[in-house]
Amino acid sequence: MGYPNQPHQRETAVLSKYFGDKEARSLEGWKKRGGYKALEKALGMAPADIVNVVKESGLRGRGGAGFPTGMKWSFMKPGDGKPHYLCCNADESEPGTFKDRELMRWTPHALVEGCAIGAYAIGAETAYVYIRGEFTEPLYWMEKAVKEAYSAGILGKNAMGTGKRIDVHVHKGAGAYICGEETALMESLEGRRGNPRIKPPFPAVSGVFGMPTTINNVETLIAAAPILMNGADWYKKMSLSSPKSTGTKLFSVCGNVQRPGTYEVVMGFPFKEFLYDLCGGPPHGRKFKAVIPGGASVPIQTMEEAEATLMDYEGFVAQGSMLGSGGVIVIDDGQSMVSVIARIARFFAHESCGQCTQCREGTAWTTKIMERIRDGQGTIEDMDTLLDIGEQMTGKTICVLSDSCAVPVISGIRKFRSEFEALIQGRRFHPVIEAVA
Amino acid sequence: MTPDLVGGLESPDYASHDRAAHEPYTPVFTGSVKGELDELLTHYPTKMAALLPALWIVQRERGWVSDEGMAEVAELLDLTPAYVKGVVTFYTMYHQHPVGKYFIQVCTTSPCGICGAEDVVKAFLRHTNAGELGVTSPDGRFTIIEVECLGACGFATPVMVNEEFIESVTPEKVPDLLARLA
Repeated sequence: MGYPNQPHQRETAVLSKYFGDKEARSLEGWKKRGGYKALEKALGMAPADIVNVVKESGLRGRGGAGFPTGMKWSFMKPGDGKPHYLCCNADESEPGTFKDRELMRWTPHALVEGCAIGAYAIGAETAYVYIRGEFTEPLYWMEKAVKEAYSAGILGKNAMGTGKRIDVHVHKGAGAYICGEETALMESLEGRRGNPRIKPPFPAVSGVFGMPTTINNVETLIAAAPILMNGADWYKKMSLSSPKSTGTKLFSVCGNVQRPGTYEVVMGFPFKEFLYDLCGGPPHGRKFKAVIPGGASVPIQTMEEAEATLMDYEGFVAQGSMLGSGGVIVIDDGQSMVSVIARIARFFAHESCGQCTQCREGTAWTTKIMERIRDGQGTIEDMDTLLDIGEQMTGKTICVLSDSCAVPVISGIRKFRSEFEALIQGRRFHPVIEAVA
Repeated sequence: MTPDLVGGLESPDYASHDRAAHEPYTPVFTGSVKGELDELLTHYPTKMAALLPALWIVQRERGWVSDEGMAEVAELLDLTPAYVKGVVTFYTMYHQHPVGKYFIQVCTTSPCGICGAEDVVKAFLRHTNAGELGVTSPDGRFTIIEVECLGACGFATPVMVNEEFIESVTPEKVPDLLARLA
């Protein structure tokens, strides 16, 4: 709900309703706000029925890939005699994304509840919440919430007095973007270097500790509770566009914008109105130049594309990008696109795990070339070299970190070629002059 | 509206850690700390899974993770010291050498970069006499590093001082922020 700004009337606050409300953080406060009623309801249902409701609701993964959640849960075969695990991916590190941080630090019990519902639905007794090590504040609140839930008998060997065992453990990461990749997260959780695994086998067959595992994003798991309480139809109806994208979505907005913050809107909301109305438009005296709408790894949008976008999974694809994690990075005309992209490339070079040659070499060379263009030392051929490297980095590695580095570079050269050429031809980037012109 | 800082999080005493770096190694996992590890082991089906949490405990107690610390953890979890070192070096948050009393991480990834994070870094370097990134100031108080995306991009520029997470830092706020540190 626009946090830290005032809520905007055009938002639909379902998950973000209690951002900024300190009392919602405690067990008592959470219960007063209707907390744990959904878990109580869930524990009285058959797991397969929960999976069906979530399937019916159309909820899709909120971490980036948008895979249907109910279908993912249905991959977990009941009665296979093996322990099942739920992993909650709270390793939020995609540049531009900070929605899960708000969810965990304002509504930690919502995630405990979501994890418990998810675990029960997939036949797991244990859920691990893997939180990045830098998130000291979310870690503090999550650990506190888990402790409170155990003391109140909500978690443990007799969860809510039902005789069912549900454990939730908070696991602290140690600084590695790649651990947000699902199989790297599992490696890390097992006490290894966070190197992504080759798939198949997929996690539902062999996940953490070699056992059937489901991994969901924080926002996805938290959405399960209101879906169970209000029904699949209620959720499905929250869509202004494609029937394939339902419910509300949190968008965290940052960069050159009047009101950065975390907003919650119904799927299909017009992006133009979102940027100019809800987020207040560009800083004074500036114009928007480009948007990276789903975290640093999605293609850059020109303003023409962005302003024609309906904010859902299909809508962003139709306008040359992806919804991704919902991390909206807004760039104004005072910025050099080459500098922005060079910095993104440096991020990926820093975070490459180094397993695959295309990524280990590609991210490093891309950064070198991007930075020399930025510094006025580039050549016209460098752009072809970058596109060539980018092609070699796409679709050829164990995970998509390599692709993610290539994406902003390729889309940047295609959409903002004149800025590259100007720097190569020895014209320095003059933000003030260009903004006035 | 400025969100509250967490407050009340206990930061380790890094100065005593630095002294400890020159003293003979004493085990970390004794008494209640050993109890803490034993409790952690009940969370996982394997001992190895407690590796990251165990290393966090070493860093909390000693301020950094020395080779001796890695060897102690290896012994307790039935791993080899080389394996543990391989894991420690993969992650950015384990200090492999002592750092200043205040370990300051400034996010400079793109979203913060376009909001002026470079100037925040410069302000920290200037006001702490640390001189350059990763080097501890002569008085042993400050180590400044650039960090990749702290995940608080709407609050540019986020800075971490030890365990404390501070939002919306500007170059102008740096002197006051430093003055607040004892």
